[in-house]
Amino acid sequence: MTDVLDPPVHIEHHGEGHEEHHGPTGILNWLTSTDHKVIGMSYTVTAVIMLVIGGAFAEIIRAQLASPNGTLVSLAQYNELFTMHGSVMIYLFAGPFAFGALANIIVPIQIGAPDMAFPRLNALSYWLYLTGSITMLSGFFVAGGAANFGWVGYAPLSNSLNTPGSGADLWIGGLLLTGFSAIFTGVNLCATIFYLRAPGMTMFRMPIFTWNMLVTAILILLAFPVLTAGLIMLYCDRHFGTHIFSVAGGGVPVLWQHIFWFWGHPEVYILALPFFGMVTEVIAVFSRKPVFGYKGMIFATLSIAALSLGVWAHHMFTTGVVLLPFFSIMSLLIAVPTGIKMFNWIGTMWKGQVWFSTSMLMAVGFLFTFLVGGLTGIYLASPPLDFFTHDTYFVVAHFHSIVMALVLGAMAGLFYWGPKITGYLLNERLGKAQFWFLFLGTQVFTFPLYLLGLYGMPRRVGVYPADPQWKTLNDISTAGAVMIGVSTIIFVVNIVVSWKKYPAGDNPWDAQTLEWFTTSPPPHHNFYRLPQIRSERPTWDYNHPDHRSLHHGEHDVHGVHESEEAPA
Amino acid sequence: MKVEAKVLLSLGTFFGLMCAVYWNWSLENAGGVMMFAGMLLCFLPGSYYYWWSRRMKPRPEDNPQATQPEGAGVIGTFPGSSIFPFVMGMGAFFVVLALVFGIWLLVPGLGLVVWALLGGTAEGRRGGHH
Repeated sequence: MTDVLDPPVHIEHHGEGHEEHHGPTGILNWLTSTDHKVIGMSYTVTAVIMLVIGGAFAEIIRAQLASPNGTLVSLAQYNELFTMHGSVMIYLFAGPFAFGALANIIVPIQIGAPDMAFPRLNALSYWLYLTGSITMLSGFFVAGGAANFGWVGYAPLSNSLNTPGSGADLWIGGLLLTGFSAIFTGVNLCATIFYLRAPGMTMFRMPIFTWNMLVTAILILLAFPVLTAGLIMLYCDRHFGTHIFSVAGGGVPVLWQHIFWFWGHPEVYILALPFFGMVTEVIAVFSRKPVFGYKGMIFATLSIAALSLGVWAHHMFTTGVVLLPFFSIMSLLIAVPTGIKMFNWIGTMWKGQVWFSTSMLMAVGFLFTFLVGGLTGIYLASPPLDFFTHDTYFVVAHFHSIVMALVLGAMAGLFYWGPKITGYLLNERLGKAQFWFLFLGTQVFTFPLYLLGLYGMPRRVGVYPADPQWKTLNDISTAGAVMIGVSTIIFVVNIVVSWKKYPAGDNPWDAQTLEWFTTSPPPHHNFYRLPQIRSERPTWDYNHPDHRSLHHGEHDVHGVHESEEAPA
Repeated sequence: MKVEAKVLLSLGTFFGLMCAVYWNWSLENAGGVMMFAGMLLCFLPGSYYYWWSRRMKPRPEDNPQATQPEGAGVIGTFPGSSIFPFVMGMGAFFVVLALVFGIWLLVPGLGLVVWALLGGTAEGRRGGHH
């Protein structure tokens, strides 16, 4: 296609960007590589394994709850399972998958950089993540079992009196390692985005995904050190006789909640923003349009980041010692930038030539599921409603709508960028089957939980009263969980059957951003040459010189702007 | 450089305002201190970038009309492979396991960390592999 065009410019990039790489191969390559693509791939594989492990825990939990007096696991084991399900999914899957796996691979390519700014620090991040994951999961193999105080580790339940045994210490240790891993990745992403952009790639030409990763990285740097400090205090309370979180020695148990949620709520946006970015890219590409409201999108992301530091205590309304109006107002305000994002996603699709590939289906599934989770979040930001639903399944349903939306976003990202990373496409038919199982399974799984919560079923219980209505709703939810499990199996089968079967080419989606300009997979140091960058869609401009993007503030000087071409 | 500085400085300013409102209204110290620290964490790099943005010419990546040759030349060192991140990671792993299984694990842990620090620094001075 490009041979009939008159390309704007062919320039060799960066003195050392295109030399051949002669490093070690095989396992030694895996151990020593500092190439962001190899590290990102290691992250991807590890994070997907964590998703499967955490998902297996979830299936056991749902099987236990399928009957009121389930006997599949003991109640002690049930405590370990829900703790480790939450911990694995939040700490070891969602975050590392977003900023370790996809951001690591995609961000440098999207801004035309040869690698991350600190390649060896990047490799260290991965090793800390892997060893942290092993540390946390090894709790299952020590006497007393894994951590069992919930993924939030509330004091005083997490002190050495109430939770003796080394499972809890392994949980703390694993979190310390993965916390440092996240901090180093945050530093790396900031430095990469600030210093390694290609000429002409101004801040307001960066793809939305890269912008969201920048804001995520800033939030990581604000939030994760607080968690690390809190964990060290918790360890000191457990082993060195300090009384930071115990009333007996003059400490304050609620302080743990303050520290934990001061990390924990920005963490929610650290998890969500990368997936917002992925979905934005996917929707724009598969609607054959530029992102609607590009700058509005960026300012919405920045406002979410700004507000995220002032909402932590909406997790603590029922403690009775937090300033309810402040946290309620701030939490409700978050709905405004998030609503702008929703509007822009729909605006991007509006009158576009929408191509319902698997990736696009996953992104649209994300929009719906995230909307459900977001709207119920607005309920929970209101203290009177929160007093009524706190610690019930309503809250569980709310955040599972959110995180399952993120899983849909993750799948959108994998189907979209997978061909760029591996050079091969996945099977679309199996992908669509996976989408329907995942999307419908999610709704079947979460909707009964909202009702259960309103009927008063508390979270974190392994047995419940033999009320027929509760049992029916739990059974429906378990059926949804099974559908989600089936979707995961379809995904694994898809990887196996389409292994190196469908070569992707450099730009299978006719996409817009810089990563689609290079080969699939990209060479060592990413680019043989770079196009001239004059908008946030350099690859599109290069491939469609008669339909170039309008610059910001520029009027229609190239004839009809391509987004206006679609039939009205 | 200007946009980078503005992003961080405006985030820091917002955190500062939020901190002032929250601390005066709630009189709760933990959150007030953490928000104040968040403000400082944004001002520190933000003011550094701002200071530099006023003293340096716009870089090619800040110039909307830049052409690719302007970015030519060596832009940094990117070691192609190194064993020391792995050594450092294993060292940190043992240090954390020492918190759980016994203080003696600090010996291999800190040993590996020191080895990785020395080796990584020496490798960095040599320029590393490409």
